[in-house]
Amino acid sequence: MPKKTLCRVAVAAVSGFCLMPASGLHAEPLAVEVVYLRQQEMRPPVLSNLDPVPEDLGIAGAEVAMADNATTGKFLGQTYTLNVIDIAPEGDLPTAARDALAGAGLVLVDGTAAEILAVADMPEAAGKLLFNVASGDEALRSADCRANLLHTIPEDGARTDALMQVLAAKRWSKLAMITGPKPADLAYADHLRRSAAKFGLTLVGEKAWSFDTDLRRAATVELPPFTQDLPDHDVLLVADETDDFGRYVENNTWLPRPIAGSEGLEPQGWTHVMEQWGAVQLQNRFEQTAGRDMRSRDYAAWTAVRAIGEAVTRTGSADPATLRGYMLSDAFQLDGFKGRGLSFRSWNGQLRQPIAVANARALVTLAPVEGFLHQRNETDTLGLDEPESQCHAFTE
Amino acid sequence: MRRLAAALLLTATPLIPAPIHAGEIWVTNEKDDTVSVIDTDTLEVIKTYPTGERPRGVTFSKDFKRLYICASDSDTVQVMDPDTGEILHDLPSGEDPEQFVLAPDDRHLYIANEDDAITTVVDTETRQVVAQIDVGVEPEGMAISPDGKIAITTSETTNMAHWIDTATHKLFANTLVDSRPRHAEFTADGSQLWVSAEIGGTVTVFSVADQRELGKVHFAISGVNDDLIQPVGFKFSPDGKRAFVALGPANHVAVIDTASFEVTNYILTGRRVWHMAWSPDQSQLFTTNGVSGDVTVIDVASETPVKSIKVGRFPWGAAMRP
Repeated sequence: MPKKTLCRVAVAAVSGFCLMPASGLHAEPLAVEVVYLRQQEMRPPVLSNLDPVPEDLGIAGAEVAMADNATTGKFLGQTYTLNVIDIAPEGDLPTAARDALAGAGLVLVDGTAAEILAVADMPEAAGKLLFNVASGDEALRSADCRANLLHTIPEDGARTDALMQVLAAKRWSKLAMITGPKPADLAYADHLRRSAAKFGLTLVGEKAWSFDTDLRRAATVELPPFTQDLPDHDVLLVADETDDFGRYVENNTWLPRPIAGSEGLEPQGWTHVMEQWGAVQLQNRFEQTAGRDMRSRDYAAWTAVRAIGEAVTRTGSADPATLRGYMLSDAFQLDGFKGRGLSFRSWNGQLRQPIAVANARALVTLAPVEGFLHQRNETDTLGLDEPESQCHAFTE
Repeated sequence: MRRLAAALLLTATPLIPAPIHAGEIWVTNEKDDTVSVIDTDTLEVIKTYPTGERPRGVTFSKDFKRLYICASDSDTVQVMDPDTGEILHDLPSGEDPEQFVLAPDDRHLYIANEDDAITTVVDTETRQVVAQIDVGVEPEGMAISPDGKIAITTSETTNMAHWIDTATHKLFANTLVDSRPRHAEFTADGSQLWVSAEIGGTVTVFSVADQRELGKVHFAISGVNDDLIQPVGFKFSPDGKRAFVALGPANHVAVIDTASFEVTNYILTGRRVWHMAWSPDQSQLFTTNGVSGDVTVIDVASETPVKSIKVGRFPWGAAMRP
């Protein structure tokens, strides 16, 4: 793991262009500073090393969006700077966060739910605008919501709702589930259960994967008998949010069944198999910058920085309160390459966005699935809706 | 049955106005790397020619002897002989050309380079790049004023219409529009510029003289969610009184009264309607429908769809040849 690093990435307007203010707009020069504050996490060992987590996960998405903002900004006299503060696992988050918040009003926070909440609750964070780009934790959108914290990463429940809409639309209604032992696995399994119930699907059987039965056998040998006693089902759900054993489930089950959840058919904020709605253009820009495929956390950071850019463009301000007000208004609409405009839910600050339900090779459906109706916006069939959320910070 | 009836009507008593001169509609098939040629008389595909990769924007020279095709993934504009389907030569276009517009001088092409945030100006005679102009992120829509003095590029992620002085190749104004502008057109008299915004769900009308916003067109279709109403390509009627706006995944074309900026009708089309072309006598409008892979023929007088014609995969651009 890299030691505590502090780097500054300037994405200022490129000189030499014809700087021409937009007609009818204030064109006073405006400098917008955005901080990306990341608390690195200690990742547990996993069974396979095939897919390492990119070191610049999240940060690369912010960088691409900064470049997009800068191109727009050059026509308006607006410049953007990204300040990345990357804290090693044993590093001092509170001190780094205080330093960052002292100077900047717009901060993307990448960490666990508890870390994000701790940053949002610092006195220095009052009146600032923070973006959760990493945690799908439900409480952050409900009882633990904060008025200064918006969320561009989808909540976990929105992802599981998206998956269940797709399964329900296919009438694949009998589900079985294998759950890993880690807290994230258990939390995700709980969301899968609730979303299955929400959309009328039946969970016919569950097993806990611990892989402590006979350590002389590999996962591939262990799985067929492990899944043998599950009742017959249409789809086998896997809750393995740390990417540990999930990859060995497919084609190793007792019954020939499709896999979904953390593996197989996965609901995600972003996947590189998205190609419609202009997604290829965004993927191309991302690949040129990062040299890899865009992932969900990159997309969450991209949408946060683009939301800032869009609000700065429309308001001509870099003031956090002004930007927050605009982002939560009906006027705000962000093109997120998902075929529908993205906006923030006014009751808890969650970015309203379609969820990609995809396998490794292709997009299966972009949820909300046609036919799941909502009185306000079909995308609000995914995740905590206004009556369900215990968040009150946005109405006070 | 309906198709047969329509065909019979066309050959017998022309209740639906029959084209005076048979013409052709050329349609680019984005995922087939072909152009389909539709006979406007029989409403059948009569030829299919191979093109470069991912053909999108398409337009004819004034004498209809050359067809220009944006072959986006081949990073070139191809020049085709429409009589033979032969590719005569390629033009340097900059990377990822998506849409373009041919200047009134019949010589200069203004091309949006989607991946490069650039508008490229190419001289089709010398086959040289004349200028490259920095614009916003993901340029797409291209228009040129009837007098040839102003070119427009719209940029999808920057959400602006960029106004280019064609004499100097410099931007002289940038006007914000709603999210994801896709297409721009000048009115025939050159006094107004219309710009569609796909995600914003609006069409903004500007006064060309001072780039002031004159108004905005909003859409609403009963039973279709607002955020699926996504205006993309559009055309003005020959008399200038109506605009026909393709609404993408709303699967309709809206008819707009150009005097009031109000929608007067919605016409059902195939799925994800993109762009359109007039028949030579302007009695019919042909829309490309990306997802359903077909072209809808609209009878303009009655504002009703009369036929669907299957073409290649993901039809995108359309151009007419008499």
